[in-house]
Amino acid sequence: MKEQQINRLEINNNVNNNIVNIINKNKPIRFKFNNKQYIGYEGDTLASALLANNITLVGRSYKYGRYRGIVTAGVEEPNAIVELESGGYYVPNIKATEVYLYNNLEAKSATGRPYLQYDFKYALRFLNKFLSAGFYYKTFKWPSKFWLFYEKLLRSAAGLSKAPDTIDNETYEHQNHFYDVVIIGGGISGLQAAYKLAKQGHKICILEQDKYLGGNYHLADFDINSEDNNFSNHIIDINNIIISLKKLSNVNIYTRTTAYALHDNNLVKAQQNLTLDISINDRKNTKTSKILPSKILHSIYAKQVVLATGAIERILAFKNNDLPNIMLASAVSSYIVKHSVVPGRNIVLFTNNDSGYNLISNLQYLLNNKQVNLTIVDVRDNINNNLKEKIKNYNIKLLLGYTIVSAYGRDKVKSLKIQKISQKPNKNFTSVQKWELLEKNFTISADLVAIAGGWNPVIHLGCHSGDKPIWSDELLTFVLNNNNNRVSVGSAAGYYTTEDCLLSVNKVLSNKLNNNLINSINIVNFFRTPGSYNKQFIDMQNDVTANDINIAIDENFTNIEHIKRYTALGFGTDQGKIGNITGVAVCSEILNKPIKDISTTTFRPAYTPVTFGTLAGDKVKDNFDLERYTPIHQWHKEHNALFEVVGQWQRAWYYPKSNESFIDAVNREAMAARTSVAMIDASTLGKIDIQGPDAREFLNRVLPNSWSKIKTNACRYYIFMHDDGMVFDDGVTACLGDNHFYMMTTTSNAAASFNKLEKLLQVDWPNLKVYLTSVTDHWSTTAVVGRKSRKVLQKLCHDIDFSNDAFPFMQVRHGSINNIDIMVMRISFSGELAYEVNVQSNYGKYIWQEIYNAGQEFNITPYGTEVLHVLRAEKGYPIIGQDTDGSVSGADLGMSWMFAKKKAYSYLGKRAHKLDFLTMQNRKQYVGLISLDKKSQIPEGSQIIVNTKSKKSIGHVTSSYYSPILGYPIALALIENGFNNMGDTVYAFSHKCNLIAAEICSTVFYDKQGEMQNVS
Amino acid sequence: MLLIKCPYCNEVRHEEEYAYLDEAFIFRPENMDAITDQELSDYLYNRSNPRGIIFEQWQHTVGCRKIFIVKRDTTNNKIYESYKLNEKIKSAINIPQKQECYL
Repeated sequence: MKEQQINRLEINNNVNNNIVNIINKNKPIRFKFNNKQYIGYEGDTLASALLANNITLVGRSYKYGRYRGIVTAGVEEPNAIVELESGGYYVPNIKATEVYLYNNLEAKSATGRPYLQYDFKYALRFLNKFLSAGFYYKTFKWPSKFWLFYEKLLRSAAGLSKAPDTIDNETYEHQNHFYDVVIIGGGISGLQAAYKLAKQGHKICILEQDKYLGGNYHLADFDINSEDNNFSNHIIDINNIIISLKKLSNVNIYTRTTAYALHDNNLVKAQQNLTLDISINDRKNTKTSKILPSKILHSIYAKQVVLATGAIERILAFKNNDLPNIMLASAVSSYIVKHSVVPGRNIVLFTNNDSGYNLISNLQYLLNNKQVNLTIVDVRDNINNNLKEKIKNYNIKLLLGYTIVSAYGRDKVKSLKIQKISQKPNKNFTSVQKWELLEKNFTISADLVAIAGGWNPVIHLGCHSGDKPIWSDELLTFVLNNNNNRVSVGSAAGYYTTEDCLLSVNKVLSNKLNNNLINSINIVNFFRTPGSYNKQFIDMQNDVTANDINIAIDENFTNIEHIKRYTALGFGTDQGKIGNITGVAVCSEILNKPIKDISTTTFRPAYTPVTFGTLAGDKVKDNFDLERYTPIHQWHKEHNALFEVVGQWQRAWYYPKSNESFIDAVNREAMAARTSVAMIDASTLGKIDIQGPDAREFLNRVLPNSWSKIKTNACRYYIFMHDDGMVFDDGVTACLGDNHFYMMTTTSNAAASFNKLEKLLQVDWPNLKVYLTSVTDHWSTTAVVGRKSRKVLQKLCHDIDFSNDAFPFMQVRHGSINNIDIMVMRISFSGELAYEVNVQSNYGKYIWQEIYNAGQEFNITPYGTEVLHVLRAEKGYPIIGQDTDGSVSGADLGMSWMFAKKKAYSYLGKRAHKLDFLTMQNRKQYVGLISLDKKSQIPEGSQIIVNTKSKKSIGHVTSSYYSPILGYPIALALIENGFNNMGDTVYAFSHKCNLIAAEICSTVFYDKQGEMQNVS
Repeated sequence: MLLIKCPYCNEVRHEEEYAYLDEAFIFRPENMDAITDQELSDYLYNRSNPRGIIFEQWQHTVGCRKIFIVKRDTTNNKIYESYKLNEKIKSAINIPQKQECYL
């Protein structure tokens, strides 16, 4: 199998498996790519293993289906997008460059339909002209009817991997940390900074996105194979620093951890990958390995952040620069040095600066043995003598003042057209590219092109919290200014050599100054081959060419943010890390405007993709939301109840008997309450204990009705309005003593009501002596409802006189059942004779059971929230939040009768009710609706019109039920000026858009005189 | 994410422990019945929305439940200080004059 790895170097070297060369040739690993078996080594990424096996085609392009290969060796990869595994371990859209091989890894290309080799989009390549920038938007416009046809086609063609369709087998975790300094990046600059800061005693952590520390150290100018090169000392240095850092107790090193966002106040968010290099078998086997979460989301609060994030090489644009085996020079170096893989033998280096020449050192051994040919195409007319000296030693063809005009080949680069070039002086704007092609040209062959287009410091994180990138005409890139809490060091600050990096760390850490930037790599402002823009790819993932940018500008999208959105430049999983600055330079050339005036698009989190599982952490499945249960919950479950979520409460919805349907169960439960006796668990209602000498005054100020004269053991209904006059909650408050009240709120507004009361006491009325306690969970409430409820309770409770005279409506009595203290309120949310039995929560289920047993002779029926709603609707009692929204005032709800006129204090909402807006004629008011045929049920949410021709809604239906006791459907609605238009016929829409004629009526449909609650 | 000090608990805790309530120094008018419509709407809705320093009411909802005042910079979310409500802070700290809204 070894023979397969034809691009793997068969060389022995003394630096094997260390910080520089990370593969271990003694540990071969089997893996599958697109269903074919291959072999790589431990330490290989999927990308390096594919290149070792001479797999150059890894994907097809998004729009044109063009052949695409690996371009980079890191998270900036635009093309090599793959999906891993299947089922519960499926990972979509991951870059082959960030996946380390594990045993039996299975990867597939994310693109290429139906097959990677035969993509149907490639057949459409002659349509390229019509698929340029903005074509998608243009399909909406003309011919607009064709959109329906395009849509299907486009949607099936677009996108990368499919979204996972099964539940994720892996788990995720969140962690919080506090550090003095967070160092982002574990390259030489980051390690050096860590070492210095750790020595000073700071508590620090290092976040490194790769599996190995050292960063791009291997790009330094040295030969991997030489026995004694000058840099072995450096290697030992770095290794020593890593070893001593690992020993320090004030240093934590996180590898495989990407800081993807830097928020205000130096909050660093980082995703740590724990299982991505573990084989699926080991992940499943919980016996041999401890169960690791797949990923950890670290939230790190840092006093100081050091950005040692390094730099990413950028591409140069020429025709067909997207062909497989056209790579970044740094990536070629990386594969040779780190993985002993050389992806081609006939290498062309295309450069506009000195850093590309490091490739010569990396290839030293191969050049000496004539295993590779190297041609250097440099756009500069002249290079410095050091470089010339270096080249002399080898058989290297050097072409100065030349550019690559075009690449040729089908699924891999085969040859290049080279043409002489010269720079036109442009005195006004030094950063605007002005070059012209000269006549001399020829063709050379090549199977690997290494592009060294200059470097972009990774400033993304620094920009997340709002800092603006600054264009440096000297370095021809964007850099960041340091501030008190965040500094950049090393390549992230524009220092590209090892010495400069280390120097910058020392300087920045000692005085935090911004240093003068020096063009140490002699880069020139060349970003693309002049001439035609055609097929010069800027953003490979989104198939954006220089021509697309030209079209966008032609169509007057001249702002870089508009150009980005019109062309899709810099979108996608790579966010244009290798092409964006080249794109900005193309804009600058077309607009003839310096790059600093064009600037760049906004950097936003996340720096690299973060999976949803990481963000969710353990807040999934049962942990997704809190569930609250009443003390009687178990009983409901045992009696076949179905549940409904109200707020966080699980409330019994209805109790079907064997095969009973929803309608039948609801009708049976409702009829039991209306004709005999029924019971409901009301424990979820919010309960607030209000005590203190000013409790009465407090209620007088908050609620619209008067509380001055209410006597002990009396209850009163209230609505709770905000100062804007809108109804916010309602309930019943009982007076338990002169200075003691017991307020019952609705289930879902309990917390909000409590908060509002607290705010009033603390902020507005701090002088009132009132104490509030939430006692919702302290009491359990069983409501016994129906004309026989009195008889049931009389059987159980002997120390309360339940007669109408002794215990009238809206009163409270204290007593006991089997020596357990109970507080009984005679209040009714159904219009029937009803008692609410409150008991300390631990006895809740017992008392419920006792009442249920005692009621057996009257066929007592438990009912749920559905019947609760039916019964209250028959009586017109509103549900706040269903029959009202934030625009229904107390008056609109028909509650003006409650507003106390003589109260001294201007209670909440009183002033607002004088606003013209609240007193105007056509406010929507709370009324009843009955369909004229008494058969049609008007759907909830249905809009209401005045006559069949009208096109203007005058209101809508808020509640609608079938009333079993009345035998016809009823509805509640908010209708303009409804109070004054009782008896009018209006029209409401059914689900099928038929009109239902209905009459506006009182909200009280049943027992209009209110006799039922007083039966004796 | 913010780290906020509760002046009552005297501890710096995570934003999730707190709830934002309103801009600070907005009190319910004593003479509610006498105020104009404009004054009512100022009390209910109109906030200064400055670019820069703002004083806000926060509540330590899952802690001591006390309401206090936080000085924050809206441009970078920096939190300067927290004040107890019962300190006579209105005179003690330099509240910026009502600033023009940035519309």
